[in-house]
Amino acid sequence: MARMKFLCDADRCIECNACVTACKNEHEVPWGINRRRVVTINDGKPGERSVSMACMHCTDAPCASVCPVSCFYTTADAVVLHSKDLCIGCGYCFYACPFGAPQYPKTGNFGSRGKMDKCTYCAGGPEADNTAAELAKYGRNRLSEGKLPLCAEMCSTKALLAGDGDIIASIYKERVAKRGYGSGAWGWKVAYKETIAI
Amino acid sequence: MKRRRGNPPRPVIKPNIRGLIVTMSFSRFIRSGLGALLLAAFFVAAPASAQSVNPTAQSVKEEQLLQALKPGEQLSGRISIPDPKAASLIQSGRDWRAFNQETLHKLGMWSFLGMLGALVVFYVVRGKIRIDAGPSRQRILRFNTVERFAHWLSAVSFIILAITGANVTFGKLLLAPVMGPEAFAAWAQYAKYIHNYVGFAFMAGVFLVFLVWVKDNIPNAVDVRWFAAGGGLLSKGHHPPAKRFNGGQKIVFWSVVIGGFLLSLSGWYLLFPYSTTLADVQWYATIHGVAAFVMIALMLAHAYIGSIGMEGAFDAMGSGEVDLNWAKEHHSLWVEEEMRAGKLHPHAAGQPAE
Repeated sequence: MARMKFLCDADRCIECNACVTACKNEHEVPWGINRRRVVTINDGKPGERSVSMACMHCTDAPCASVCPVSCFYTTADAVVLHSKDLCIGCGYCFYACPFGAPQYPKTGNFGSRGKMDKCTYCAGGPEADNTAAELAKYGRNRLSEGKLPLCAEMCSTKALLAGDGDIIASIYKERVAKRGYGSGAWGWKVAYKETIAI
Repeated sequence: MKRRRGNPPRPVIKPNIRGLIVTMSFSRFIRSGLGALLLAAFFVAAPASAQSVNPTAQSVKEEQLLQALKPGEQLSGRISIPDPKAASLIQSGRDWRAFNQETLHKLGMWSFLGMLGALVVFYVVRGKIRIDAGPSRQRILRFNTVERFAHWLSAVSFIILAITGANVTFGKLLLAPVMGPEAFAAWAQYAKYIHNYVGFAFMAGVFLVFLVWVKDNIPNAVDVRWFAAGGGLLSKGHHPPAKRFNGGQKIVFWSVVIGGFLLSLSGWYLLFPYSTTLADVQWYATIHGVAAFVMIALMLAHAYIGSIGMEGAFDAMGSGEVDLNWAKEHHSLWVEEEMRAGKLHPHAAGQPAE
């Protein structure tokens, strides 16, 4: 099976936020939650770069490790998903995540956070594929239909790549070789303990 | 889908501002003396800059930024969605995860089992500490209602918090395999809510404990002698003098006050996690875990010596009145003080304590 990854080529990202919007629309993401976001580093300074970031579907994911009810699981495509039926909203995955991916529908205090929500790589949840229950809890399951995550598919500059890690890495390497520079495969070192040499 | 397409040869990009001047008004520019001077300067500077500088390539690099991060720092930028937390792009390190899943498990397991083992050994070797002179049939008030309320408010809430809190660390290892994932998640959900609300009772209890007993828990020279004599724990028939609280009890008191304060403070930030940074929340979660397991081990010992470990000790927190001989043996200086103050109201044996 493929090892699915995201790769944001920050040298191409124009901070249009279409990935953010597409994701929110596709999955009917709860109010106040953005499964994907675009962060601009060194904004307004020479050499600024924008990076589209969501759950990176880490190898040996820290969220899964610290979860007190073991609600996370990794699919055959190496996508990190979770069960909202088991989630108790304790917040530990949010403390452990290097990318700030886990979010909660309620910012209420005294632990009333609600069930955690995060990027599913457009792969739904533990429910049967493309059921109403899955749609309501996790959003669309595009992967089961043979489609890649919508954020990457609709990226206008093809900055955001999704797909098998080896293939998107080779695309990125080719780009870097051709244009002669690259700001790096953002998040790869932290998520996959390996990066793409530039 | 055609993915790989050759780009046309890219011209050398000159720095923007110069390129703009040169193309937009080249003839006028060259005719002016200033222009000629600047142009000359440009060509002089050219070998150093124009041929090698590619402004598009001069960007921030992830690797450099990550290397520059100090522990607890995060790589952040500007975000256009109205959620300031989302501006953090990458946090450095996985230290908290390693602590939470390795160090804390070891600490929790060994502090609990170690203390339990030590208490069993102590019980086997030393046995129950008896009142050497035997029960006196006379009783003396040791803790009044307010003091006992403060103690039991803290104690009951602590036990509830310890069980529901340890469930977060050890539940998935010990209970989940027995209960199954769904039942365990349902219990863990209730346990979380119980933990979050009972925490306030514990805070109130510890605060009361501090108020009612701080005056009797200031360390002094009597404690030094008490510790020098090993508290009389290891030898029968030997009781170093002590006032209302002996050295060991003062250690328990200050551990409860300091540990309780740390647990309350760190717990507060875990209840309101968005009031501080993520690195701080990790730090508070670390403090919470360490303080909790240290306190659990300590309270095991405290509960042991206050119940099955010592004859007559439980009455202090039960009825509030202890046997006079017990008090004379364990708190000799306190009994003298009470007698001088005329507070000793002996009861005949068999009468109800209050």
